[in-house]
Amino acid sequence: MGRIKEKFRELREKNKAALICYVTAGDPDIDLTEQIIDHMEASGVDMVEIGIPFSDPMADGPVIQAASERALASSTSLSDVLSLVRRIRSRSDIPVILFGYYNPFFSYGAERFARDAREAGADGVLVVDLPPEEAGELSVHAEREGLDRIFLLAPTSTEERIEMVSQNASGFIYVVSVTGVTGARPDMDYNLEDLVERIKRRSELPVGVGFGVSSARQAAAIASFSDAVIVGSALVRIIESGGEERQEVLGRISSFTEELSAACYR
Amino acid sequence: MGKTNRKYSYPDAGGHFGDFGGRYVSETLMPALIELQKAYDEAAADETFHEEIDYYLKQYAGRPTPLYYARAMTESLGGAKIYLKREDLAHTGAHKINNTIGQGVLCGRMGKDRIIAETGAGQHGVATATVAALLNKECVIYMGEEDTKRQELNVFRMKLLGAEVRPVVSGTKTLKDAMNEAMRDWVTNVRNTFYIIGSVAGPHPYPMMVRDFQSVIGCEAMEQILVAEGKLPDTLVACVGGGSNAMGLFFPFIQESGVRKIGVEAAGHGVESGLHSATITAGSVGVLHGSKTYLLQDEDGQVQGAHSVAAGLDYPGVGPEHSYFQDAGEVDYVSVTDEEALSAFSFLSEVEGIIPALETAHAIAHVRKIAPTMSPEQIIVICLSGRGDKDIHTASSLI
Ligand SMILES: Cc1ncc(COP(=O)(O)O)c(C=O)c1O
Repeated sequence: MGRIKEKFRELREKNKAALICYVTAGDPDIDLTEQIIDHMEASGVDMVEIGIPFSDPMADGPVIQAASERALASSTSLSDVLSLVRRIRSRSDIPVILFGYYNPFFSYGAERFARDAREAGADGVLVVDLPPEEAGELSVHAEREGLDRIFLLAPTSTEERIEMVSQNASGFIYVVSVTGVTGARPDMDYNLEDLVERIKRRSELPVGVGFGVSSARQAAAIASFSDAVIVGSALVRIIESGGEERQEVLGRISSFTEELSAACYR
Repeated sequence: MGKTNRKYSYPDAGGHFGDFGGRYVSETLMPALIELQKAYDEAAADETFHEEIDYYLKQYAGRPTPLYYARAMTESLGGAKIYLKREDLAHTGAHKINNTIGQGVLCGRMGKDRIIAETGAGQHGVATATVAALLNKECVIYMGEEDTKRQELNVFRMKLLGAEVRPVVSGTKTLKDAMNEAMRDWVTNVRNTFYIIGSVAGPHPYPMMVRDFQSVIGCEAMEQILVAEGKLPDTLVACVGGGSNAMGLFFPFIQESGVRKIGVEAAGHGVESGLHSATITAGSVGVLHGSKTYLLQDEDGQVQGAHSVAAGLDYPGVGPEHSYFQDAGEVDYVSVTDEEALSAFSFLSEVEGIIPALETAHAIAHVRKIAPTMSPEQIIVICLSGRGDKDIHTASSLI
């Protein structure tokens, strides 16, 4: 059984929604990313989603765009991210999801990527701009290597698309909570519960909700009807505002993720 | 020459031109692209849609544009006979209006009340703002901050037309980033917003749709040259940024393998310098802005900044169908430098009394190289994609 599936099973017994936290690799350098992931795990984060920086992050709001720019300024590449995963895997069983835009994966080569990612110890891959229609090549290789193929669904998704994603996904299904780019939002107005329910009618997979989650209160609300709560921009903002104060950044990440983790218990 | 002897039928149902094209976008946009494609397919089968577009093209945009025999240019170069397809004479001063009228009418049919667009040189922004004014739609134009400076006149024109111009400060602050920002707006406001993409780029159905709307250039040129010369031209030449004016001229001739087609990219400071926009000439295959196509990128798959003196060519991607044409050998892609383009800008102004856009000047520059090597019985048709008023400021500081 894959680590992602295993983790969801374990959490179901604890009656906790999985807390999945995002960090852009190399923001502002890969050493800090590694320390952040260690701190996250120690604070109750259940899975990590590591972002591969891209020059043209079309689906991201200003916060993750800026993180991507900082990570590129420190020349972080997909190979660097795979080395990071290898180091994490040498001491931890936390499920690792690689998250990014297609071009860096395509440039690396789908087959080579899938093999190297599995060898490094990654568990899943989510490519934002790769809907099931275009995912063929990467999916074939990812499946062969036992990597989960995580796809997005959005409030705009029709029944047809929910069905198509259900047929192609593994690990879990990622629901984008808003029609929009990534970024923390004070309120999430859409009736997400309904969307999650529609997906559950068609798929056995766990369903996680992300984009815009910025407080423990929101996390608790989402945890009540979904299998995972995904937090990104709110954490990236802590890194951004911390500047050179690394210990302070790590401390604030720890206390925020502890709070989020507590909120994920139902 | 071209290998297409069978009937050409790309794109396929998923928007692919061979290995290129497709729909590489986030899930939030997929339903919108599918809705757009359905609306376009329905409209394309409806005679009244074409009638409405034809009406505006004729009565509003001033089509057909002339196919002008450039006698002085021909004599000055001493070789092939040169014709200019005068898109500079279309309303707003460039070919961009052909596309914005088409997409604008489609937007009206779909009942969306807000229009957004990206722009580089500002010509597409002006053409979009114009159509938004005509059709009474709210309009927001994204433009790289760098471009708002070098194309100041067009920024003013857009504002005058009632559009809001949002300068984009992310990334390279040019066309590529303007397109990222327009996509982000569209993702956020997809329910009431129509995104008018300005070239044969982006996810399906845009490359196909823009090609169809711009094909009026080549259809008219074919009719006109047959009347003027009783035969087809030997060579077609057009500049290639995203590739819409080139596609518009070439596409109606795609089954005519005896007609050579040349797309001219911007070599900036020279292809070896690394500061250029010669995507097909010097790039490699990748995925950007929703389609698989040739790109300027580094070894990690990060998209690199382009460079051209012509803001409208300053783009590190190219329409996916051009990538297909490159690999299939249907079109030859060449490049000319900033310096050659600036020289051609002055040349056409002096010789013919026509000030071309700096983008267009790239096509002129290439013809200056090839026309003297051809015989007087041979015919070249150049797409004079736009007029140069917008570039006077840039050119006066460089010439
Ligand atoms: C006059 C003119 N020609 C050409 C272009 C390049 O676009 P495309 O390659 O899509 O024709 C532009 C773009 O702004 C333009 O303004």
